[in-house]
Amino acid sequence: MNSLTRWQRPELSTWPGFGRLTDLRDEIDRLFESPLADLARTSQLLSGWTPALDLYEDKDNLFVKVELPGMTREEIDVSLHEGSLSISGERKSEQKHQDAEVYRAERFFGRFQRTVTLPTPVAAEKVKAQYQDGVLTITLPKTEEAKPKHIDVNVS
Amino acid sequence: MKATVQTEPRPATDARQEREFVSPEVNIFETKEGYVLEAEMPGVNKEGLEIMLEGNEITLIGHRKNEVVTGSPLFRERALADYRRIFELDPAIDTAKITAKMEQGVLTLTLPKSERVKPRKIKVD
Repeated sequence: MNSLTRWQRPELSTWPGFGRLTDLRDEIDRLFESPLADLARTSQLLSGWTPALDLYEDKDNLFVKVELPGMTREEIDVSLHEGSLSISGERKSEQKHQDAEVYRAERFFGRFQRTVTLPTPVAAEKVKAQYQDGVLTITLPKTEEAKPKHIDVNVS
Repeated sequence: MKATVQTEPRPATDARQEREFVSPEVNIFETKEGYVLEAEMPGVNKEGLEIMLEGNEITLIGHRKNEVVTGSPLFRERALADYRRIFELDPAIDTAKITAKMEQGVLTLTLPKSERVKPRKIKVD
């Protein structure tokens, strides 16, 4: 009876799985590919989820882009308060894989918040946000006073 | 005011763009039926995905959409490189039945095990 219970299918026991081999290789890849991303990951471990954020500006607008993969529009909150823009929300862990064995869990679930102090005043009522392909894009039109002005000077 | 944006002096041609790929973060689960792999690739849509099977290796590549950015960056954290990651597959996976779904920048791969290796009940007559 003992020998029967101990027997394992050879193909299952020899396969290293998504486990160690892939791990080592990934880690090596990572070392070469993205030393900075690794630093970001380490700081993420300490502070929770810090979605990457870009801020751009042109003559008329400020643009904020935040990477928030795998969320829904309802889970994202954008608010503007006295010149600082806050993006917050919660990415909920899906329950469907609860009975599953987890090989890798690199994705972050839970609450996040990012706040950016805007460099120029914006027209709050004209701010627009769009969420597509896991990237949130916020367009913030500058107020008339903040826009660069062109003044024609008559040279006599 | 500018100081709060924390812009480090950085040349206009961003050094990050020289690096060809970044590694997407993944979750991998195993169930009785097979494996589920989720990879985060914000900025990538269905058209930008490339999934290649070679022997027992699967390569996931995500090309970011060309974002039209008018204006100059004040503060940047996003890596604008494409995504790539390679995984070794369990030989128990039926590679003909792998399916992929892309939703809001998250790729979900379903990798079913072949019938042969699935646990099953044997009926006793």
